[in-house]
Amino acid sequence: MEPKSRNSNTGMRLFAELVQQLGSSTKTNDKLAALLSYFETAPEADSIWVIALFTGRRPKRTVSSTYLREWCIEQTGLPGWLFEESYHTVGDLAETIALLLPPPTQESSHSLQTYLEALQSLSNQEVEAKKSFVLQAWDELNREERFVFNKLITGGFRIGVSQQLLVQALAKLAKLEHSQVAYLISGQWDPRQTSLQQLLDSSFAATDFSKPYPFYLCYPVEGALAELGDPAEWQAEWKWDGIRGQLIKRNGELFVWSRGEELITEKFPEYQGLLQSLPDGLVLDGEILPVMEGKPMPFALLQTRIGRKNITKKQLEAAPIHFFAYDLLEWEGTDWRDQPLEQRRAKLEALVAQVQHPKLLLSPMVIFDTWEELAELRSRSREFVAEGIMLKKKDSVYQVGRKRGDWWKWKTDPMTIDAVLIYAQKGHGRRSNLYTDYTFAVRKDDKLLAFTKAYSGLTDKELLEVDAFVKRTALEKFGPVRTVPAELVFEIAFEGIAASSRHKSGVALRFPRILRWRKDKTVNEINTLDDLHQLLQQFGNEKAD
Amino acid sequence: MLSFTPSGIYCQPGGFYIDPWKPVEKAVITHAHSDHARWGSNHYLCHPDTAPLLQLRLGPVEVQSLAWGEQLDINGVRVSLHPAGHIIGSSQVRVEYKGEVWVVSGDYKVVSDGISGSFEPVPCHHFITESTFGLPIYQWEDQEIIYQQIRQWVLDNQAAGYSSVLLAYSLGKAQRVISCLSELEQPIYAHGAIANTQETLIQSGWNLTPVVRVPVEPNRNQLKGSIVVAPPSADGSSWLKKFGPAKVAVCSGWMQVRGNARRRNVDAGFVLSDHADWNGLITAVKATGASSVYVTHGFQAAFSRYLTEQGIEAKEIQTDYGTEEQE
Repeated sequence: MEPKSRNSNTGMRLFAELVQQLGSSTKTNDKLAALLSYFETAPEADSIWVIALFTGRRPKRTVSSTYLREWCIEQTGLPGWLFEESYHTVGDLAETIALLLPPPTQESSHSLQTYLEALQSLSNQEVEAKKSFVLQAWDELNREERFVFNKLITGGFRIGVSQQLLVQALAKLAKLEHSQVAYLISGQWDPRQTSLQQLLDSSFAATDFSKPYPFYLCYPVEGALAELGDPAEWQAEWKWDGIRGQLIKRNGELFVWSRGEELITEKFPEYQGLLQSLPDGLVLDGEILPVMEGKPMPFALLQTRIGRKNITKKQLEAAPIHFFAYDLLEWEGTDWRDQPLEQRRAKLEALVAQVQHPKLLLSPMVIFDTWEELAELRSRSREFVAEGIMLKKKDSVYQVGRKRGDWWKWKTDPMTIDAVLIYAQKGHGRRSNLYTDYTFAVRKDDKLLAFTKAYSGLTDKELLEVDAFVKRTALEKFGPVRTVPAELVFEIAFEGIAASSRHKSGVALRFPRILRWRKDKTVNEINTLDDLHQLLQQFGNEKAD
Repeated sequence: MLSFTPSGIYCQPGGFYIDPWKPVEKAVITHAHSDHARWGSNHYLCHPDTAPLLQLRLGPVEVQSLAWGEQLDINGVRVSLHPAGHIIGSSQVRVEYKGEVWVVSGDYKVVSDGISGSFEPVPCHHFITESTFGLPIYQWEDQEIIYQQIRQWVLDNQAAGYSSVLLAYSLGKAQRVISCLSELEQPIYAHGAIANTQETLIQSGWNLTPVVRVPVEPNRNQLKGSIVVAPPSADGSSWLKKFGPAKVAVCSGWMQVRGNARRRNVDAGFVLSDHADWNGLITAVKATGASSVYVTHGFQAAFSRYLTEQGIEAKEIQTDYGTEEQE
């Protein structure tokens, strides 16, 4: 990791090039090479920021996108509506602005770190100071650099680099194991106070008590279950529809992490009661779920708790959160991930029995002898408020990231409804300038009633076909949403249904997506609102909001 | 004098259509792209450089040609053609009747590419303009900068042991890409559709770089590291396997937006367009001095609204021109 030619004046240029390469290369190896070459040549302080940005550690936003829009409109002299039309077509604010601005008049660029720290220091400044900083940056950066600069402000570097890829690159760079790197870059760390050296040094990591382990994720079952071999070698559990999380107690403190590597301890104050009961040096993997009378509640109820900063007593009562533990990763300060699942499970069961805390529940095993029996149980998943079955090999170790072989998820078949397309909007990212985001309706008496949006499920070819239909038949000319004649019928699949007072249809769906385009059906053959309400009665639980 | 009918743009006093999308008796053709020059009409009138291309694409049809600036009287309507700068032979159609002048732009670009002729602003009362790239996000770099990027990309690929496949529409873009690549002084392999077009143009007297047709069964490694120009439809085809490990690039104005480039799922996208960019469209419209403008295929709603706000009366018109594939 010796620095080569680390010129901080080209920092932003190197970063823009990296983003460009990652965004355009179609092969994993090319992306890996681009990352490695970046880490080898970029200023070290920039590298640490890149790791932070690509793992979702976005700095706090100090300039609102409303101002960015306003200043861009002012700089270009374009009418506001034309800016909006451009934005809807590009599908990304940072890119829209980068494309619209006149060419820069200066040629100077600083390091990524310099821009990020300058942006941070704007947080308590007046709007005028923010404006002059942003205009100065726009005037000295080229189009690609402006794009990444704007992205630093608006956030969200979704540029086709997975956490796994980043881990691979860093592992190669620091000559460490993948799993080691995944662990080292997880958890809480501040790019302003951490050097690359410190981040990739395991003795330094030991001082961070909150650090979670990288989650072991799985793929859906492929092919027949019989291919998995002897059922006796497998453990089955319900697959819950909550938030996957790690519950950590170390150094006398309790931490809760979500699968998205977000520290969410504060959001679930009910877990603080566990602090006294749990032994120190403990990490559990499990599901964060609302439970009433010993029974898990649907996701819609949990949703009322997500994204709230202050939780009222009423909310705590309405959605009582529990922890359904299914794995034990650390015991008495020792990493247990290399122990076979059977042993981790035994330890976990003993722990839950010993702790005897109402908030800590054991996610039960699903008992079965044959694959046929398991298939039958899976078909009844919804009765147990589960979304299917998890299959884990009894001798499996706890791996890092999404892996095939030892763990599988086997979801239950979705519910489906035939609906008609009524509104379309242009998409984002690779769906830019294409109408790919749809709203669907079911029939209510002689009218159509919108009940869900769905963004995925069609092939690229089908998307082009629908796009052409929208462009040909749309009723409005401006703004993001196009109303289309109700002609195209699609089968919509979803995982769950809950009552909702916020939706005109009275229902909210879980994971809606397009299953297939029903070209064989006309709008007269779609499902009705009554059909939806029937599903709600059958499978919906408590009212969501 | 001109009206928009279900068959296309119609000149009633002259009794002819301009770029009709249904078969008609007399068709005046702006250029040889398939959405403008359609099959089935009885008589075609176009620029002499377009004539052989029409024959190539539509088969043996009856074509009369008219040089730029030359005037023809059709039933008392004065018809002349003027360079549009879009592709070889592409022309604007000027029609004049009883002192009223209309110009149909067809497709055009205002910056000369060195091959397709220089766009000529033609003063008129009524101007029918395309709007393929009628949003301000579309502003092109100089052709020479893009050409350098393309050549550098090819050289980088060769250094890394890859062939370079450039996807470009066979009539228009391909000739520009080939002329860009000719500076590398290496054989340029071309897909049949592009080779046919190139050969037709060379036979008609154009001083263009000849291309090499790809052997049906090339020797092993014969085509490794080569330069290939192919139409967009060749993307993902087994034909590309002949060139060994290859990098693929799309040359199109649509590559301006990252999402569009990513959607194509190729290794590189070069922003090279045969259409006017936003500023080009505005310059062209203003240069005509037209008091009324009709905006066709592209971002017609946005562009016509913008023109109207700028004090130029503009209407949007639905036509059957323009598909993304052709740029």
